[in-house]
Amino acid sequence: MIPLAYYLAISAILFTLGALGVLIRRNPLIIFMSVELMLNAANLAFVAFARAYDVLAGQIFVFFVIAVAAAEVAVGLALIVVIFRTKHSIDVDLMNSLKG
Amino acid sequence: MDLTLILFIVLAVVAILTALGMLASRSAIYAALFLVLNFATVAIFYLMLGAPFIAMAQVTVYAGAIMVLFLFVIMLLGAEKLPKGEVLPWQRPLAIGLAAVLLAEAGYLLFQRLHITAGLANPGAEVNAPEAIQAMALSLFNQYLLPFEVTSVLLLVAMVGVIVLTKKEKGES
Repeated sequence: MIPLAYYLAISAILFTLGALGVLIRRNPLIIFMSVELMLNAANLAFVAFARAYDVLAGQIFVFFVIAVAAAEVAVGLALIVVIFRTKHSIDVDLMNSLKG
Repeated sequence: MDLTLILFIVLAVVAILTALGMLASRSAIYAALFLVLNFATVAIFYLMLGAPFIAMAQVTVYAGAIMVLFLFVIMLLGAEKLPKGEVLPWQRPLAIGLAAVLLAEAGYLLFQRLHITAGLANPGAEVNAPEAIQAMALSLFNQYLLPFEVTSVLLLVAMVGVIVLTKKEKGES
C-alpha cells in the first residue's frame, strides 16, 4: 500500500526540477528536455489520481498528452534546426530578434 | 516494511537523481540519456499504478521515439556542448529560490486540500489481466473516439509542419 501522497510528492518534485531546468539552462535542447520532464510529472499525477478514484479517464488523458508531446517535440526540434541554420549556433542568448 | 514500498523508494531516488543529473550535465547527450532513464522509472511507476498500456506507451513513444529524435538532432547539429558565454550572476540563485517557492506552493495545495492519506491498493494480477487493456480500449474507441481521431489530424499537421520548416528554399544552397 503506497499512499497517493507519495506519488504526488514525486510528481511535484519532478515538475519543480523541470521548471528549474527551463530557468537555469541555456541550451535550448536541454530546455526542451526539461519541458518533457514537466509533462511527465503531470502525467504521473494524472495516473495516480486515476488509480485513486478508480476511473479510466485519467489514463486516457495521459494517452492524449503523450500524443501531443510527440507532435510538439517534432515541431520544436525542427525550429531548433532552422535556427541553427540561420545563426550557426543554438545559444538561447542569441535568439533576441524576431526576424532572423 | 512492505516490498512495494521499498521498490517505490528506490525508484523515487533514481527518478530524482536522473532528473538532477539531466539538469547538471554539461553535455546534451548525457542529459538525453539521463532523461531516458527517468522516463523508464516513470514507466515502472505506471505499472505499479495498474496502467500497463500507459507504461508501454511511455516506453515506446517517450523513451523510444521522442528521445531518439532528440539524440538525432543533437548529433545532427553537433551541439552537445555550448561555449560558455557571460553568465548572469544572479540567475542561478534566483531560479533555485523560485523553484523552491513553486515546490512549497505545489505541496501546500496538494496536501492541504485533499484527503489523500488513503493508500492505493497494490496492483496484483490485474496488471497482467487482459481486462485492464480491454476496458481502456473500449473507453478510448467509444467515449473518446472523436479526440482520438483529432489526435491523428494533429500528428499529420505536425508532420507537414516539420517538412515545410526544414525544407530548403529553391535557389538556397
